Amino acid sequence: MSEEKHAPVPYRTFINIWLALIGLTVVTVVVSRFDLGALNIWVALLVASVKSSLVIFFFMHLRQESKLFKIGLLVMLTILAIFIGMTFFDVLYR
Amino acid sequence: MSIEHRDDTGARFGMWLFLYTEVILFSGLFIIYAVSLTNYPAEFSQASNKLNVYFGGANTIVLLTSSLTIALAISAIQMGRKKQCLQLCWVTIALAIVFLINKYFEWSAEISHGIYPGSEHLAEMGAGITVFFNLYYFTAGLHGLHVLIGATLIAVVAVMTAKDKVTSDRYTLLENSALYWHLVDLVWIFLFPLYYLIL
Repeated sequence: MSEEKHAPVPYRTFINIWLALIGLTVVTVVVSRFDLGALNIWVALLVASVKSSLVIFFFMHLRQESKLFKIGLLVMLTILAIFIGMTFFDVLYR
Repeated sequence: MSIEHRDDTGARFGMWLFLYTEVILFSGLFIIYAVSLTNYPAEFSQASNKLNVYFGGANTIVLLTSSLTIALAISAIQMGRKKQCLQLCWVTIALAIVFLINKYFEWSAEISHGIYPGSEHLAEMGAGITVFFNLYYFTAGLHGLHVLIGATLIAVVAVMTAKDKVTSDRYTLLENSALYWHLVDLVWIFLFPLYYLIL
């Protein structure tokens, strides 16, 4: 069986992604030093989600993988959202 | 005539499936965190302030950099640069060790202040703070265990690369170990702001 190989990702791309990740880390730390009330946690989660996407799509090569991998991730995230949603329906309206 | 069965894409997909289950495992802990945060918002910010942002921040940089080096190692092997690939693997492992050493000093300092699961000092501070630190030790501990496993995996694959069992033609093992390593990084990306940076 012949395997389709991914083209090697240039070093430069990975280094740029790394710089972006470090930059976003600085952003989270700086934002967390200001008291924005409930917004703090949402900003933290938003920045963490952006960082995760960079890691998943570039470092983990998801960008180069077939649709199956992307659908798999989407299914997992949907299950997770249901899991979190149901928990909070219970906890918040008890 | 020898026919070798080989399915690199399948092997990678299997790894991804396993990683989905790992995400669900850690998510359980993060959901307990979220529910406890809604129940004890003031106590959580008070407890979070006791954690050292510098240790957490330094470890974030260490893990992000180690994710970069292992990603570069894959590009290196794809381009047939075996020596460079090996060097990048060893740097990744060294960074994993730095992470664990940091963790050792951080936890030692906290434990010496009487902050550890089941301590009387913690019990005196009330339920909210106790929940925060129990969750912190459990989540960070489980994450630390993943760091140890990931570094071991990368070391094994690096030795196999040195022995030409992992080559520029066949490097799925390195890819899958790298995927595991990136998961360790992903968990820390959420763990760091949620535990260290709550005001």
